[in-house]
Amino acid sequence: MTAVSTEDFTFVADFLRQRAAISIGPGKEYLVESRLGPLARDIGFVDVNALIGELRRPVPNPTVRDRVVEAMTTNETSFFRDGHPFEAMRTDLVPEVLKRNAGVRRLSVWSAASSTGQELYTIAMLLDANFPELASWTVNLYGTDLSTDVLTRARAGRFSPLEVNRGLPAPMLVRYFDRRGSEYEIDAKLRNWCRFEQMNLADAWPALPLFDIVFCRNVLIYFDVPVRQRILQKIQRSLAPGGCLILGGSETTIGVVDGYTPARIGNTVVYRVEASR
Amino acid sequence: MKALIIDDSRAMRMLLRRIVSNNGFEVVEAGNGQEALDALAVGPLPDVALIDWNMPVMDGLTFVNSVRARPEYRGITLMMVTTESERTQIVRALAAGAHEYLIKPFTEDALLSKFDLLGLRSYSADVVIA
Repeated sequence: MTAVSTEDFTFVADFLRQRAAISIGPGKEYLVESRLGPLARDIGFVDVNALIGELRRPVPNPTVRDRVVEAMTTNETSFFRDGHPFEAMRTDLVPEVLKRNAGVRRLSVWSAASSTGQELYTIAMLLDANFPELASWTVNLYGTDLSTDVLTRARAGRFSPLEVNRGLPAPMLVRYFDRRGSEYEIDAKLRNWCRFEQMNLADAWPALPLFDIVFCRNVLIYFDVPVRQRILQKIQRSLAPGGCLILGGSETTIGVVDGYTPARIGNTVVYRVEASR
Repeated sequence: MKALIIDDSRAMRMLLRRIVSNNGFEVVEAGNGQEALDALAVGPLPDVALIDWNMPVMDGLTFVNSVRARPEYRGITLMMVTTESERTQIVRALAAGAHEYLIKPFTEDALLSKFDLLGLRSYSADVVIA
């Protein structure tokens, strides 16, 4: 990765403060390099330094300027990201599991690229807020990610004001979070439902329990087709009969693997496996 | 769609104006809660008000209480945009009738995610295109 000089870092930090009212403190050079490096290549600059050179011009290209702000401020994860998959869980998917698993009283959900935990904690909040009957169930919420750094943060269940700003309804913030210093910490009961483990989807998988619902959003796009096929087949084997998979908006199983049946719930496409296999 | 931006910082009003107008909103600005009430009294009602907490003359919480006391303003969505980040303050604002709460500093996508939660954004882009 191309290194960013102190002068360039300071320039970008000032630029972002003025344009987007966000501050990037010292020591976050890696953030500039990791976010702007791919953008630079994407829009035709040799490297991140050339991209910052464009920003330094008296009148920079407005598209470049906007893309830089977007790249530096858009976090790949947020609470209630995209909204509608969680609405599908509330209206259809969880009620189905409550019926199907009434005998064993167990609900298992997997967030397959959990990052810093927002997706899994969103699911925990949704379950607690809407399905009080789960108090007498075993609830297993399982998050995995490639990065041990993000998993450490996910396990802590602590989020900055910038993170709780993003997608988390204020009533949920006051109901499920306590202020700890400059951060907000998720309710202990919800955190105890959640387990986070390191896992590379493209490598050999550890033994996994069967899941009723799997979220694997915006991950497959980073893999080529043979790897996507392998991952989707393995997820299929990890789904309980009648279970379902939720992918990102630009991802699908169609034309990649067989065995899933797409179904639309509101704005969400869910990929179901057969109830009996 | 119309947005009323209430903040005593001109720089913050400009930043908010840029974001919401880029998303298809017409914008009216006010420098404090009293100016905002005056604007409501004479102008077309906004769909959403973005409200700072700490302002001279009339603060944001007093503005929220005043708006909630007037039935004719009940269609206005109220969102606090403030540096007040204590849980107790957020609870106070929601109890007074604010619908959402955004903590400063914020990013553009955070503001827009709140608009999505409030059902404000799906209309706005279409208005611009039309």
